[in-house]
Amino acid sequence: MMDILVSWLQQGFKFAGFLALAALGEMIIEKSGSLNLGTPGTMCVGAASGFISVFLYANSVAAPNPLVLILLALTVAFLSAMLMGLVFGFFTVTLRINQNVIGLIMTIFGTGLAKFLSDFFVKTESGNARCQAAFEVFTAKIPFLSDSLGIVSKVLFNYGFLFYLTIVIAIGAWLFFKKTRTGLNLRAVGENPATADAAGISVTRYKYLASCIGSGLVGVAGIFCTMEFKSGAWAVADIDSIEAFGWLAVALVIFALWKPINLLWGSLVFSICYWAYMYLPQMLGITVSDDLAQMLPYIITILVLIVINLRKSRENQGPAALGLAYFREER
Amino acid sequence: MTIPNNTAVAFRGVTKTFGEVYANRDVSMDIYKGEILSLLGENGSGKTTLMNMLSGIYCPDAGEIYLDGKPVAIRSPQDAHHLGIGMIHQHFKLVDVFTAAENVLLGVKEKGLLDLSAASEAIRRICATYGFELDPSMKVYDMSVSQKQTLEIVKALYRGANVLVLDEPTAVLTPQETEKLFTVLREMRKDGKTVIIITHKLHEVLAVSDRVAILRKGEYVGAINTCEADEQILTEMMVGQKVELNIERREPVNPVLRLQVKNLSVKGHEGEDVLKNISFELYGGEILGIAGISGCGQKELLESIAGLQHVEQGSSVSYDTPDGKTEELIGKDPKQIKSMGVALSFVPEDRLGMGLVGGMGMVGNMQLRNYTMRKSILAEIKHSRELAQQIREELGVVTPSLNTPVRRLSGGNVQKVLVGREIASAPAVLMTAYAVRGLDIGASYTIYNLLNKQKEKGVAVLFVGEDLDVLVALCDRILVLCDGHVNGIVDGRTTTKEEVGYLMTNLKSEGGTNHE
Repeated sequence: MMDILVSWLQQGFKFAGFLALAALGEMIIEKSGSLNLGTPGTMCVGAASGFISVFLYANSVAAPNPLVLILLALTVAFLSAMLMGLVFGFFTVTLRINQNVIGLIMTIFGTGLAKFLSDFFVKTESGNARCQAAFEVFTAKIPFLSDSLGIVSKVLFNYGFLFYLTIVIAIGAWLFFKKTRTGLNLRAVGENPATADAAGISVTRYKYLASCIGSGLVGVAGIFCTMEFKSGAWAVADIDSIEAFGWLAVALVIFALWKPINLLWGSLVFSICYWAYMYLPQMLGITVSDDLAQMLPYIITILVLIVINLRKSRENQGPAALGLAYFREER
Repeated sequence: MTIPNNTAVAFRGVTKTFGEVYANRDVSMDIYKGEILSLLGENGSGKTTLMNMLSGIYCPDAGEIYLDGKPVAIRSPQDAHHLGIGMIHQHFKLVDVFTAAENVLLGVKEKGLLDLSAASEAIRRICATYGFELDPSMKVYDMSVSQKQTLEIVKALYRGANVLVLDEPTAVLTPQETEKLFTVLREMRKDGKTVIIITHKLHEVLAVSDRVAILRKGEYVGAINTCEADEQILTEMMVGQKVELNIERREPVNPVLRLQVKNLSVKGHEGEDVLKNISFELYGGEILGIAGISGCGQKELLESIAGLQHVEQGSSVSYDTPDGKTEELIGKDPKQIKSMGVALSFVPEDRLGMGLVGGMGMVGNMQLRNYTMRKSILAEIKHSRELAQQIREELGVVTPSLNTPVRRLSGGNVQKVLVGREIASAPAVLMTAYAVRGLDIGASYTIYNLLNKQKEKGVAVLFVGEDLDVLVALCDRILVLCDGHVNGIVDGRTTTKEEVGYLMTNLKSEGGTNHE
């Protein structure tokens, strides 16, 4: 019983880590008033390009340098995903095309691109691959904390550095929105771009930057998922599951009410629910359809939306100009 | 070019055009340091455009702006901030979910982290200096209109504004709040700041300003010291010489009562009165003009009659149908009003917003009105196509084809399509709002003739207009709205522009609303 609960929690935390990071990226984009539905595709591109870079590197040298592995994977994932964000920005900010349309296209394009890259570079017989060296550095445990505290170690200190980095980034994002001028200006751009413009804030620049940096984080979440959650293994079929996780991240932003700190516990709620089908029936001794059970995170998101709207609280709404293109001439 | 050395702002030959329309033409005017200047003018006289050039929203096409005697280029609102110019727009530029302090700090380029407590302290200091009341930690969505305006002024002062422009600041305020605002403005003058207020209300002009500058049709007419002015002089300067228009106007032929509006009241979003106890009668075979400063209830009045507006208890609009029955329109929805045989045609102010679908052709737009004609699941198209063809020929709509999206037609043609469609339903009451806005002379006359033809057919026409010359030349009677009240109904044949202009800007005392 206890063992099942512990492994459920471990699975939950492992999954929550990269989910929170992807949702953080999406949240930063949404704070600038852009709804980027290209997040799932961006995550696939980040995962594929990140994995391919370390895979090729590790296969080309006898003893891969751990630091190079980390920097290579993160940089390539971040930059390739940032490029996706740049394209999204160009279409939605400069050309002012409907964000939903472009976002969906970016997702379709991104998953396709990831599969193409994977087919092109990962030439193994089965199409499956693994990068043991990268897996080891990405999941290196914290000494002492990870083995001497019993159950606490097993549940809380059993993950690679990206897990803890995500927590730091979330707190950093919270401080950024709350305490800095740039954060205030970014929120203003998402709430009321005309007002921000009149106050001398460059709406275009903020939207582009948010889109690029947010997408970059989403890309890192992709390689995070591959290294930690998928244990450094790679198969073309994984891209479809990463896309599904990307949609979960988009829903998580709404569930977290656009607040970085909520993301941290919200992602855990999501992943505990998402994986409930593997552990809960076992614990209770019942059987439930997997597909039905995996709908849980979406159902609770819908419930949260209903509750927020009934409460009509202005504090818990998304950015007021979310999804709208800004035309200066309309003021 | 000489600029007097006590000027805060000087315009020299400033011109701004939108398309072929002159919004401002060769404006040269001085605004002195430490004065309160009222900028007065009718609708569309270019007051706001001129001030928008000062605050960096528009760039002048020609001419120069001098600040403290030095020529300046103001290319963006940011430039205006740096030069110490602050403008308070009619529509506040505030972020709803931010506090007052956060709004004040927005876009301010200073080093370091956000220091809300220092900003709050600065806000309190500004408030104490000029006598404002504002809580820095209050969220904007919790504020009243007057508090939001206060916040806008504080925001401008925080950024170091020396010249403050207020665009119709009193339009949304109660008389008590207006008095408070004026006290603050006087405090600011005492502090050496220059204040420009754009307004239509003559009594406020006389109450608060040192000088009045008048614009008419985009041109600078002149300025007068407030102590030498009275309402008569200002009205004459504002409306100018009468322009003779060659609009045919026949006597109404045996007018019959069509609409009787009684005690119509409408409240706005903030609970303020938009229309207050409006009562009038509309007869078949006449054109009743509605005059008034823009936004003083014209739209709400037409929408109330068409069933599109929520009205207050006690309002009544009774309609005498052509076949002799009397129907109450309040409480019915727009479709009911139509299906009862009450043919109300409504040409909304925004031609492509409410009236027509821009992406559809003429035929499609006709179908919008005719869709209930058939019970079949297939859309009715034959009649709509015929109707579109008929309107195209009769009104001379210039369009490449009946299916060309109406968005691509010129303003005049769009208006013809809209009016044509409304007239085609053979209404007993035809309501139009700003039917000739943006049209050239020729197209305007086509619309006037259309309306006159309807009048001769016995249709009761309600014409909301903005050009006083047109109202005086076209309408049989003119109802003047002021602040949501009926401020008088005058005979179009005997009245003068000055009389209408005076009624538009000077609300008679409460209870003095007269009915003809």
